[in-house]
Amino acid sequence: MMESQLVMQQEDFDRVLAIIHKLVRAANAKGVFVVDKAGQLVGEAGEMQGIDSTSLASLTAGCVAATGGLAKIVGEAEFPIHFHQGMRDNLHMTLVGDRMILVVVFDERSSLGLVRLRVKKAGGELAKVFEDIQKKAETEAHRAGSPFAEITDDDIDNLFRD
Amino acid sequence: MSFINYSSREINCKIVYYGPGLCGKTTNLQHIYQKTNPDVKGKMISLATETERTLFFDFLPLALGEIRGFKTRFHLYTVPGQVFYDASRKLILKGVDGVVFVADSQIERMEANVESLDNLRVNLKEQGYDLGKVPYVIQYNKRDLPNAASLEELHRLCNPTGVPEFEACATTGQGVFETLKAVAKGVLADLKKMGGG
Repeated sequence: MMESQLVMQQEDFDRVLAIIHKLVRAANAKGVFVVDKAGQLVGEAGEMQGIDSTSLASLTAGCVAATGGLAKIVGEAEFPIHFHQGMRDNLHMTLVGDRMILVVVFDERSSLGLVRLRVKKAGGELAKVFEDIQKKAETEAHRAGSPFAEITDDDIDNLFRD
Repeated sequence: MSFINYSSREINCKIVYYGPGLCGKTTNLQHIYQKTNPDVKGKMISLATETERTLFFDFLPLALGEIRGFKTRFHLYTVPGQVFYDASRKLILKGVDGVVFVADSQIERMEANVESLDNLRVNLKEQGYDLGKVPYVIQYNKRDLPNAASLEELHRLCNPTGVPEFEACATTGQGVFETLKAVAKGVLADLKKMGGG
């Protein structure tokens, strides 16, 4: 049940970015974010790149986690889709695979129907990318290339030197 | 579950502060937030009730510097300590890389400390973690209070396995950064072990 480390290589990151940039255009979205369920921001695209995306990621994961808890209480496995309607901007969140959340922010230039349609396709593509990342993470070859294999105790101590 | 992004050369790790209600978890984060430079911290989020009791979590992102060319970022979380928020505590532990248990040194809170520690063990197990294997430190907070229990008593009840422990007074900041450094070092040492180093 404990999840393995998430390691993203350049090619994986490029694939994720390509999918979410395409989604921004296809859905007429203001912004698209990919967040993991532990609250880490994995990627972002669109015209909202100046916002506090770190907080957005943390709060998104919290929201999904809380709603997941509610789902179990009422007898559902989970609620895979969340939609929050605002005065001007709206938020659409969907679960991708086992551990990712796809967040789309859109305004009157788009519609819920269009976003849901485009998210379905993009979500499937992202799920495949993260499946591939997971498979790579499980191989010995990947572990051998870990940046942490070489770090020393001094490297760690230097991080905390005042 | 740490996140390593080779493209942006970033490592992100999650540390959770755990402990009984009003033990000082949020105060720890508030002190860290107040004392760190603006260029190394993000915005602190506190999801709390009107009476400032943590309702869901506090969150503080910190950038600690570079290690082997990778920017290391730590995401600090606290859980709500009140007993009836157990469902929420379980959720916040998801993907944890390191734990700080904040014990309330007051003699009257000893039972609450032990219950919270058992709760931590159980909730970690539900997430697939073993407290004995996760980077973990203990902070004995509120050492300044006249009714603080002895360190021997606290050690006996809260730290039978002898993990690193620190005295603290979070309201003044004593011991706060020492605790954070210790758990962060533990997380990085664990990453080093996993990397085959």
